Amino acid sequence: MTDEPRFEHPPEERAPSYLAESHSLRSWFFTTDHKRIALLYLVSITLFFLIGAGAAALIRLDLLTPQGDLLTNDGYNRAFSIHGIIMVWFFLIPSIPNVLGNFLVPIMIGTRDLAFPRLNLLSWYIYILSGLLTLYVVVSGGVDTGWTFYTPLSSVYANGAVVATIVAVFISGFSTILTGLNFIVTIHKLRAPGMTWSRLPLFIWSHYAVSIIFVLATPVLAITLLLVAAERLIGIGVFDPRLGGDPLLFQHLFWFYSHPAVYIMVLPALGVVSELITAAAHKRIFGYWFVAFASIAIAVIGFMVWGHHMFVSGQSVFASAVFSFLSIAVAVPSAIKVYNWTATLYKADVAIDAPLLFALGFIGLFVAGGLTGLMLAMLAIDVHVTDTYFVVAHFHYIMVGGSVTAFFGGLHFWWPKMTGRLYNETLGRIAAILILVGFNITFFPQFLLGYQGMPRRYHVYPPEFQVLHVISSLGAALLAVGYAMPAFYLLWSLLPGGRRAPANPWGASGLEWTTSSPPPKHNFIAQPVVVRQPYDYPLAHPASRDDG
Amino acid sequence: MSAGIELWPPAASHHAQQVDLLIGSFGAMVWLLTIPVFVLMSWFAIRYRRSREVNRDHAPTRNLWVEVGWSVIPFILVLGFYVWATMLFLDLYRPPPDAIPIHVVAKQWMWKFQHPDGAREINNLHVPAGRPVKLIMTSEDVIHSFYVPALRQKQDLVPGRYTSLWFNADKPGRYPLRCAEFCGADHSAMGGTLIVMPPQDYAVWLGRNRDGGMDGTLAQAGARLFRDLGCSGCHSAAASVKAPPLEGIFGRPVALADGGTLIADDQYLSDSILLPNKQVAAGYRPIMPTYGNVLAPEQVNALVAYLKSSRAREDSK
Amino acid sequence: MAEGGVQEPFARAARQREAERLGMLIFLASEVMLFGGIFAAALALRLEHPAGYVDAAHHLKLWLGTANTGVLLTSSLCAALAVQAARNGQARWAACALWGAVALGTVFLAIKGVEYAGEYREGLMPGMATTHFEGRTQQLFMNLYFIGTGLHAVHVTFGLALLAAAALNRGARQDRHAMLIGNVALYWHLVDVIWVFLYPTLYLAGVR
Repeated sequence: MTDEPRFEHPPEERAPSYLAESHSLRSWFFTTDHKRIALLYLVSITLFFLIGAGAAALIRLDLLTPQGDLLTNDGYNRAFSIHGIIMVWFFLIPSIPNVLGNFLVPIMIGTRDLAFPRLNLLSWYIYILSGLLTLYVVVSGGVDTGWTFYTPLSSVYANGAVVATIVAVFISGFSTILTGLNFIVTIHKLRAPGMTWSRLPLFIWSHYAVSIIFVLATPVLAITLLLVAAERLIGIGVFDPRLGGDPLLFQHLFWFYSHPAVYIMVLPALGVVSELITAAAHKRIFGYWFVAFASIAIAVIGFMVWGHHMFVSGQSVFASAVFSFLSIAVAVPSAIKVYNWTATLYKADVAIDAPLLFALGFIGLFVAGGLTGLMLAMLAIDVHVTDTYFVVAHFHYIMVGGSVTAFFGGLHFWWPKMTGRLYNETLGRIAAILILVGFNITFFPQFLLGYQGMPRRYHVYPPEFQVLHVISSLGAALLAVGYAMPAFYLLWSLLPGGRRAPANPWGASGLEWTTSSPPPKHNFIAQPVVVRQPYDYPLAHPASRDDG
Repeated sequence: MSAGIELWPPAASHHAQQVDLLIGSFGAMVWLLTIPVFVLMSWFAIRYRRSREVNRDHAPTRNLWVEVGWSVIPFILVLGFYVWATMLFLDLYRPPPDAIPIHVVAKQWMWKFQHPDGAREINNLHVPAGRPVKLIMTSEDVIHSFYVPALRQKQDLVPGRYTSLWFNADKPGRYPLRCAEFCGADHSAMGGTLIVMPPQDYAVWLGRNRDGGMDGTLAQAGARLFRDLGCSGCHSAAASVKAPPLEGIFGRPVALADGGTLIADDQYLSDSILLPNKQVAAGYRPIMPTYGNVLAPEQVNALVAYLKSSRAREDSK
Repeated sequence: MAEGGVQEPFARAARQREAERLGMLIFLASEVMLFGGIFAAALALRLEHPAGYVDAAHHLKLWLGTANTGVLLTSSLCAALAVQAARNGQARWAACALWGAVALGTVFLAIKGVEYAGEYREGLMPGMATTHFEGRTQQLFMNLYFIGTGLHAVHVTFGLALLAAAALNRGARQDRHAMLIGNVALYWHLVDVIWVFLYPTLYLAGVR
């Protein structure tokens, strides 16, 4: 596990870690240390994950029977609305960027903190404020619009706490924008000496790409939701056909944000997986520049595909044909990444640990989600399967199978760095496999349901769909066990007597592994200077590799 | 209890079979592209696992042509399917001229259908087998989506505008019809049945139901409304208030006050009744009151059908 | 933020200044996208109701809008002069120019207030008891007008607060790099630019 030192200033493991610096509450809630803020985010998104998962459990339990015995029609609508809203804006979007990204971006590029540490703390407080408002919505009876807020249902007909929900999502957007701004400036201006753009870890490239989307797409959502709230409060009519407004305009504006938002959720995951694969393979990534630019290409093309959500909405046929083409084009950079990861494993030195299992699970699920996405981009197929369980299955493969699996993989991989403790590797492998199996049992039947014509957001459904729904619900139970396991063994590792992690338990390259676990307050004892390529494993230099 | 498990939905039209063929072929290609990736990935992970002594010399870390190959070849393959799928999709926007026009109005949470000769029905839609049918659809409140899985077709119904969908169901039978766009509390209960009947049975059904709704055909109902609402008070040559004459207007070009020209279609006629100032005909003042709060969508449909029929009368002269 | 010398995590002041400027520019890009939604809505409205849109725009007080354009552009000029003065070390001139920008910005808000009051009297303000519109398109247009100019006015108010804060801050005035003043001026220019697009979208559309 010991490699030759990769950087000119190996750390002296003497400074107190960022965790040991101070133990007062004040030192946590008023910290400007990006690592502590990352942990604040970790705790808060976990709470929201639990609420969102609770709503999902209600949905899956209710769908065990065709007539829906557990909830009323309205109750069901509120359950899936709150599930979507919390999972998208309060768990998935902040998950990897705000926890792993916050923790790792400064360390990976060799600096002491993000460019604007106080802004970083402010963005957590904004997130908490919007989160509290969302909790108020949950407690006060919920909202019945779905996470998509389609007008005129949301602006005129819905009777839940629509305005409060909109305000909550609106506020959370500021948190996202500030994080994106902070990442872009940090990556541009605070790279360590020698950390050129061609030496950036792929995790950084994908966070750079996602930050661009954060900054440019989120404000469009903000103004759109503002218009919906104004419509609901004073009836301004921009989306109301009775005043000559246009309900489709809402969909255009909403998806202009929300399709890039899908890439917000998946791009950081792609970055995580590139790190996990190279570290497990102990080999330089195959086609570094292709993988790096694929992230940028996804971010850019991702802004031009929003109309593929509207093939049956009544938009022009020509627009549909163009959006269909662009949606196929955006699949190319994703495919490039998958092929390059596979090629990276060739002649590698593969350590089959939990992070690699999560990464391989991610690739399988992401490929399945991506290819069904390609099917949805095909106009004639989309006309049949859009707004059905096929779409539900597709985006859960991408967002849960993809992003959440990568988040868990990343959490395992960097857990020793974040906490200084080693988790139980055997349990980690079991959880990775359990999640993969449980996920497929939950969501694969939903592809079949969708092709058979089961529309999404149906509380009561025809009895011929029951068998597949029951299988799906059983899979969800297995998946829940898979997700609960890490919570226990990861927390267990924190107890006194847990095994302590060395600075580089995986023998991985990357600046974060050159400092102690957990890192000192300012990340490095001395300013690191980078003199090597990224993923500079011995296998990348076959000529210099001697036996052993 | 469960009615068993059904893996493939019935196909009631030629288009539905085409979609099945498309997704089947596309699915086959997708497997062709992915299975090698999954196999190689697992094989590499196992063969090159740590502690195993194998030849790892000359491990490549880049190869431009390999990159270009695996980006471009699948992309071109998929483009072939893109062309196929887009052609199929375009067919859905080219209804044959002899398609039977049926008006559809959706509201929370029901479907209302108006047949051209006056028969009306709710939630069930009777159509003759082997004859093209064109649905002209709008919504009274929120967005709904007309979805018949057996046709592999769906189309949103948007308040304030007309959308249309045409099909030619050739297999008689009863097929579920569902709302696919979330529309509020009873979204999942907003279903119905598409009943495809042999043409002779359909004729019998029509004969029995002609009086089930408004008396007379849709156009006759429209003519009555046109009279009762006093439309002819302005829209006739003898009227004191000058308004455009409407005889035979459907399908004709209309010059607009802002200099543009459009063809008078369903959307234009309906807009002119509900939002009269949206497109004002050239040479007229925008003085027509809106009927948006007065008329139900079905009545607007009847008026439009009447104006269409006046074109037919003109043409036959 | 800028005046207190080098702060964590920066090692050099020059680098910190670059970062702050870049951060401001990214924030402004985000603001542009926010107003982009309003302009997209105005474009859609105009495409769908070409005649009604022009009629409704005709009811706006063109000369008040034009005067406000001049006022805001001049205010922006003052902000630019303040940056130049600070860079030249003329702290007092910088303060004068900033206060000039604040004064003109306040005039802008005052004119806007007069305009709103007139529209209120004419019954064109949405959601009031006296509201009466000539038609739906006018109602729609006026609603969009109030949302667009209202959101802009919020930005103007926020910008005025920033300008005043910069003018009151001795360190900012004496900063030869004009970091704080420069960033505030950038924000103020953006507020100006947005108005320069709102003006033709709403006012000039009614000119026949």
